Amino acid sequence: MSKILDVRDLHVSFHTYSGEVKAVRGVSFDVEKGQTLAIVGESGCGKSVTSQAIMKLILTPPGEYKHGEVLYNGKDLVKMSEKEMEQIRGKEIAMIFQDPMTSLNPTMTVGKQIVEGIIKHQKLSKAEAKEKAIEMLKLVGIPSPESRFTQYPHQFSGGMRQRAMIAIALSCNPNVLIADEPTTALDVTIQAQIMDLMKDLQARLGTSIILITHDLGVVAETADRVVVMYAGKVVESGTINEIFAEPRHPYTWGLMNSMPKLNQDRSEELSPIPGAPPDLLAPPKGCAFAARCKYAMKICQEVDPELTEHSKDHRVACWLEHPMAEAYRKEVVEGRESV
Amino acid sequence: MARYILKRFSLMIVTLLVIITATFFLMHSLPGTPLKNEEKLSPELRAQILEQYGLDKPAYVQYFKFVGHLVQGDLGKSLNYDGREVTDMLMQGFGPSLLIGSQALLFGVLIGLILGVLAALKRNTWLDSLATGASIMGVSIPSFVLAALLAYFVGVKLGWLPATGYDTYSATIMPSFALSFAVIAQISRYVRTEMVEVLEQDYMRTAKAKGINRFAILVRHALRNALIPAITVMGPLAVNIITGSLVVEGIFAIPGMGKMFVESILNNDYTVIMGTTIFYSVLIVVTLFIVDLLYGIIDPRIRITGAKE
Repeated sequence: MSKILDVRDLHVSFHTYSGEVKAVRGVSFDVEKGQTLAIVGESGCGKSVTSQAIMKLILTPPGEYKHGEVLYNGKDLVKMSEKEMEQIRGKEIAMIFQDPMTSLNPTMTVGKQIVEGIIKHQKLSKAEAKEKAIEMLKLVGIPSPESRFTQYPHQFSGGMRQRAMIAIALSCNPNVLIADEPTTALDVTIQAQIMDLMKDLQARLGTSIILITHDLGVVAETADRVVVMYAGKVVESGTINEIFAEPRHPYTWGLMNSMPKLNQDRSEELSPIPGAPPDLLAPPKGCAFAARCKYAMKICQEVDPELTEHSKDHRVACWLEHPMAEAYRKEVVEGRESV
Repeated sequence: MARYILKRFSLMIVTLLVIITATFFLMHSLPGTPLKNEEKLSPELRAQILEQYGLDKPAYVQYFKFVGHLVQGDLGKSLNYDGREVTDMLMQGFGPSLLIGSQALLFGVLIGLILGVLAALKRNTWLDSLATGASIMGVSIPSFVLAALLAYFVGVKLGWLPATGYDTYSATIMPSFALSFAVIAQISRYVRTEMVEVLEQDYMRTAKAKGINRFAILVRHALRNALIPAITVMGPLAVNIITGSLVVEGIFAIPGMGKMFVESILNNDYTVIMGTTIFYSVLIVVTLFIVDLLYGIIDPRIRITGAKE
């Protein structure tokens, strides 16, 4: 398998009145052709910034690409000019946004919003582009696409708008599709439909997908590999089986624990991770999760752990991984399992 | 939609009727009569003239007579300029006002739009401050002060353009420019504010993610959404400017509507006062109506709400 997208040590900051907010602090991951990579983490951990940084949608200023590379088929997107990026956006890498209610232009027909990208990238005539757009609307499961083509976003329901967004994103057959929480604004049945639709289209078109979400259920169903982010860094990454069967980072444990379980009594409360993510205006010196970590050791407050390889694909950034902490780790893991 | 238009149309008629009635009785409560050199006339002659023009009757009788003629499209004859039809006078006066006004409006809206967009794009830079400064000046300096300054410096001192009159096309440039200043100021402010907001909307990012170039995004996605509030002010602004500014026309000696209106009030020229008032009112009411329709064209969400009514 070949890497289609390779993000290396990406740093993105925002300059605000109160100082520099380091939103992404050294993120690395790669996406292979035809695969789905899920990026998970709670709100404000840098998932969305990372995804928008890949397409260079971050406004500079106030944003700044401090360091790192985003290699798409070996070419570094960070170094590309806006003109070159226009040829990448929509055509090579496309994106579905979080909120379908506000992500479509309210004063332009849905049809026109799809056609726009097609005309830009595929050099088709207006009539051909319209035909293609209607075909896309049909593909994403919008009934009577011909009449829907001339309607405005406010005449679409939430689920239909997200389908239209997917139609826009897929209209130029991109190699990579970034879906930034594509189902958070939708109800559960529609969520399932949208996820099925994306999987189905991936199988047919061979698109690689980066799925950004905080819904671990969705991840378990769709992803091949998972990246867990916290406070602008990758804390754990691995294949879907490794992450779900053998999570190694305390933060990932916390995420798993806060999910409702099927065999759980309904009166039983969910167990969230106590505390809140750190302020990225002044990130802590040591491990960013240390303040909320039940198992934090002295070193965790002092030095930030590096991402280390547990197995070929499975990487973890935690001091518990250190050979010297092996005994303690055993204790911790046994303690977890006995609960 | 048809019901909506019909409803708006009947409201327009009611509005006009109220304006006509109010103006008529206010005008009659002004001291004096349309007669010139009244004190030199003998009482008999005075009574005879008043009778001839129907001015001896009580105001309400005159009112019903006037409305009766109006319905037939007859605004009557000027009492001051002997025997001239008010309709003809209006048409004649409207020409210069319309030309100067449209020029001012076109120039003002264009520059205002560009300035507003640039200020929004280059937010918090020297360009933004410059645009803000210019528009504060444009709003606070009255057009007649600017007109007088222009007439004096450009017209008299430098002699680049004729300071007064309406004989050549070049004479229309300065009055147009003087009038456009306020338009630039208002439009640029509205466009800037709205543009700043629109640029931060999620759909702008969607457009960018499609690979559309910056300029096309600006024109196709941002401008249309940013224009909605500007359209609101544009209606009344357009009427104000096209019907001619009373004082600016006075300063440049333009034989337009503004000048005519002021003269008619000074002379108690009843028929001309009524004629100009009706003309102004109709223009304003119709423009507001057009603005409402324009909303619907620019923002489809408003169109739907209108249809449901």
